[in-house]
Amino acid sequence: MSVRTPLPHDSAPLHVTGRARYVDDIPTPATCLHLAFGMAQIAHGRITSMDLDAVRSAQGVVQVIAGSDLDEIPDCSPSAEDEPLLSDGTIHYLGQPVFLVAATSHLAARRAVTLAKITYEEATPLLTIDAALEANSRFEDGPRVYEKGDVDQALSSAAHVIEGRIEMGGQEHFYLEGQAAMAMPQDNGDMIVHSSTQHPTEIQHKVAHALHLPMNGVRVETRRMGGGFGGKESQGNHLAIACALIAHRTGLPAKMRYDRDDDFMITGKRHDFRIDYRVGVNDEGRIAGAEFTQMTRCGWALDLSLPVADRAMLHADNAYHLPAARITSHRLRTHTQSATAFRGFGGPQGVVGIERVMDHIAHALGLDPLQVRQRNYYDDAFGAGVAQGGLSAPPGPPEDISGTKKAGTAHKLSSGTGASKRFGGAHSPEPMAGGAQTTPYHMEVTDFLLNGLTEKLATDCDYAARKAAIAEWNAGQPVLKKGIALTPVKFGISFTLTHLNQAGALVHVYADGSVHMNHGGTEMGQGLNQKVAQVAADRFGISPDMVKITATDTGKVPNTSATAASSGSDLNGMAVKAACDTIRDRMAEYLATEHQVKPHQVRFADGMVHVGAEEIPFAEAANRVYMGRVSLSATGYYKTPDIEWDRIAGRGRPFFYFAQGAACSEVVIDTLTGENRILRTDILHDAGSSLNPAIDIGQIEGGFVQGAGWLTTEELVWDETGRLRTHAPSTYKIPACSDRPRIFNVALWDAPNPAETIYRSKAVGEPPLMLGISVWSALADAVSACGPNYPDLQAPATAEAVLAAVARARG
Amino acid sequence: MSKIHVTTKVNGDEVEYLCEPRETLLDCLRDHLDLTGAKEGCGTGDCGACSVTMDGRLVCSCLVLGAEAQGKEIATIEGMAEDGALHPLQRKFIEHAALQCGICTPGILVAAKSLLEKNPDPTETEMRYWLAGNLCRCTGYDKIIRAVMDAAAEMREAS
Repeated sequence: MSVRTPLPHDSAPLHVTGRARYVDDIPTPATCLHLAFGMAQIAHGRITSMDLDAVRSAQGVVQVIAGSDLDEIPDCSPSAEDEPLLSDGTIHYLGQPVFLVAATSHLAARRAVTLAKITYEEATPLLTIDAALEANSRFEDGPRVYEKGDVDQALSSAAHVIEGRIEMGGQEHFYLEGQAAMAMPQDNGDMIVHSSTQHPTEIQHKVAHALHLPMNGVRVETRRMGGGFGGKESQGNHLAIACALIAHRTGLPAKMRYDRDDDFMITGKRHDFRIDYRVGVNDEGRIAGAEFTQMTRCGWALDLSLPVADRAMLHADNAYHLPAARITSHRLRTHTQSATAFRGFGGPQGVVGIERVMDHIAHALGLDPLQVRQRNYYDDAFGAGVAQGGLSAPPGPPEDISGTKKAGTAHKLSSGTGASKRFGGAHSPEPMAGGAQTTPYHMEVTDFLLNGLTEKLATDCDYAARKAAIAEWNAGQPVLKKGIALTPVKFGISFTLTHLNQAGALVHVYADGSVHMNHGGTEMGQGLNQKVAQVAADRFGISPDMVKITATDTGKVPNTSATAASSGSDLNGMAVKAACDTIRDRMAEYLATEHQVKPHQVRFADGMVHVGAEEIPFAEAANRVYMGRVSLSATGYYKTPDIEWDRIAGRGRPFFYFAQGAACSEVVIDTLTGENRILRTDILHDAGSSLNPAIDIGQIEGGFVQGAGWLTTEELVWDETGRLRTHAPSTYKIPACSDRPRIFNVALWDAPNPAETIYRSKAVGEPPLMLGISVWSALADAVSACGPNYPDLQAPATAEAVLAAVARARG
Repeated sequence: MSKIHVTTKVNGDEVEYLCEPRETLLDCLRDHLDLTGAKEGCGTGDCGACSVTMDGRLVCSCLVLGAEAQGKEIATIEGMAEDGALHPLQRKFIEHAALQCGICTPGILVAAKSLLEKNPDPTETEMRYWLAGNLCRCTGYDKIIRAVMDAAAEMREAS
């Protein structure tokens, strides 16, 4: 059995020897041109003159293109056709590409760019939420509103009304491999593009559009990325289109990679948010009604801001049942980089909003924050801790926090020798008897398990005793203060744009029994290919090293969705399974006929095909089937069932299921400097029946640290002219090896997903990022120990912000 | 601009290349010697993805000029496995799943090997602060530390 095994990443032997090839490592023909953008040096206005003579005559420069040199400026937007490759004369943000240089080397191109002489007529840029609100500069006609119940009534009759504001910064992806692409011209003007992208089909579509080719004239290949995190969902379009344009005009290959500073200045980041909240609670801290007003800076272009802002609204409840709720979302247009997808896709911002509320309620009422959280949780599904009735698939026992993973207890899949019917039909969780609690967008929550999970984590990490010990320790410490917090995450799984929830695969079995596997997902380090290869190996009953993982290629699997929304293994695992099962059924049928047994008496296991009483090595079976003139190649296709969503009305079932988890973090702050450290973190996270526990725990650890970075040290600073001043690792601080928690315990809540996903696993890419909120919340707890007042800690909680909050707490 | 002729030793082999005076050692390794294991993560010496050693000293090859390699001995990730046998650090990184996208991995391995050559028995804190100049955006570092500590223990036992 190859699934549920902690196999290493398929490329690990290449990674550790430096032989794994990323786009910039692909050997280039000697004639290859190297590209660089010239960027706008103001945030808003018009170009009045552009003198590029010195650029053109610089050493090594072959071609220079400004927007005005093109009959039609190619569009780079994934959504609204509002992102010209090069400025059309109007400047929308500081860093916007205004001209393109092609030269004989990367260095020559970058050097030439600095020789441009551009003059501007400057206009006042809108840089802040307040400025954009005042100018009514927004995307969509007005704010979106989701509403459930009578919020005003709930607030006016509540014993306590708590209100406040939380501002949270954006986040630079800082994929260690910057954006990169290479285009190679082919016969008839066709183009092959190598791109570091999470969305090869989008690159194909945009390059075809730019070159006026049908999509079949462009083939895009992505073997691997050096990190993506959402930053390569749409932000690679510019480079791929630029390369294709130059390759098309010159007939030469063209390559482009952003220097790190350029990458910071040009590309979008996580949306920063301001959330105003008003909640009505009773004396126990139970919420009767909650109102959130979310405001976000989307930057200059639409990009993916609408679904990001939608997802922030969809996570305004996180793990908490809000009997009445109103969530209002303003999507503001500003003269800054176009904010884009980033792991969690708006979800983390929504979750921070309500986690802040939980801490605020606890502070106001003098309660333990964990108790407030637990009191407001949704009810657990039956079998997940609290008996509320209804679910058909009780989860298996959770593991000890420190234990190693046990074998999964998931449902067996169908033996697969029958028809290769779609797996995962209308078998998602049943509604609960007596009606389930609903989210603010009217979806029933039928698979909640955080009551039991939280209880388990709190016990295993000794929350209550440590909380008491910290209070005692703090009382005797004049300078250092500790804090602790346990925060949950419930994250909705599916693209909220419902049609994206589909995937395709292509599988070949060769006559020697080796398998070639391809699917539409992309590998950015998350181990998708390994997990999916394990699925393929399991379907054929062979060892995973018999399955060749191949580069994502729009020529093999068409019309794919971005590898995003944590959906990679859910969607592509199912598509690969479908393809494998088609081939397996053909093999079974042929071998059954040959041996005069029924097809269901053919089994694939341990590298052998068991046909009645006979055992045939898989390779020999494949060869026999080939000799019998049966096709050993198949496509597979999957679409997520049971989802429908009206994003304007804010009603429906946008998610197939919820992935959940919780983290408890303990921190210490220095009240003289604001400096702080994570002392210990314990995590219990729900990955369903994990397809690969080693890879999934890696996602959890990495997601947690990235989330903690977002809310602590990672601060983006724009100056008053709109220039991003934090433009490289010298000025933008992502977590380093020395920042990780001193004690770090991570375990899987090993229970099968009640929804029929691939081997009952759950998506694990994004949800753990929100476990990082426990660090921020623990910092708020430590600051609260400094004085009687509400410290009002904002995010990111840099040392500076912590110091300011200490002062507020002391009053 | 006239080019500079450089003769140097990389992973034990004598090599030569012609470079521009402003070219970095990183670009020379990648573009002239086809050794693409060292990566450019930032170009300013802050991320460690381009780590190599020069005469045994750990350096960011993006901060060293190609011309400075004249007469020196350079060691890169490509030379870490000997005769096809992985270095214990490389094996432990695979075993502990201490990598995800893999692009920081060569630099981290070179840096960790450099520490273990100076200090075969580092404390976890020493290890963490030594590697603080090598950024990883995927793993959260925990598995990296475990892999390095485990490799160090194995190497001590073997010696």
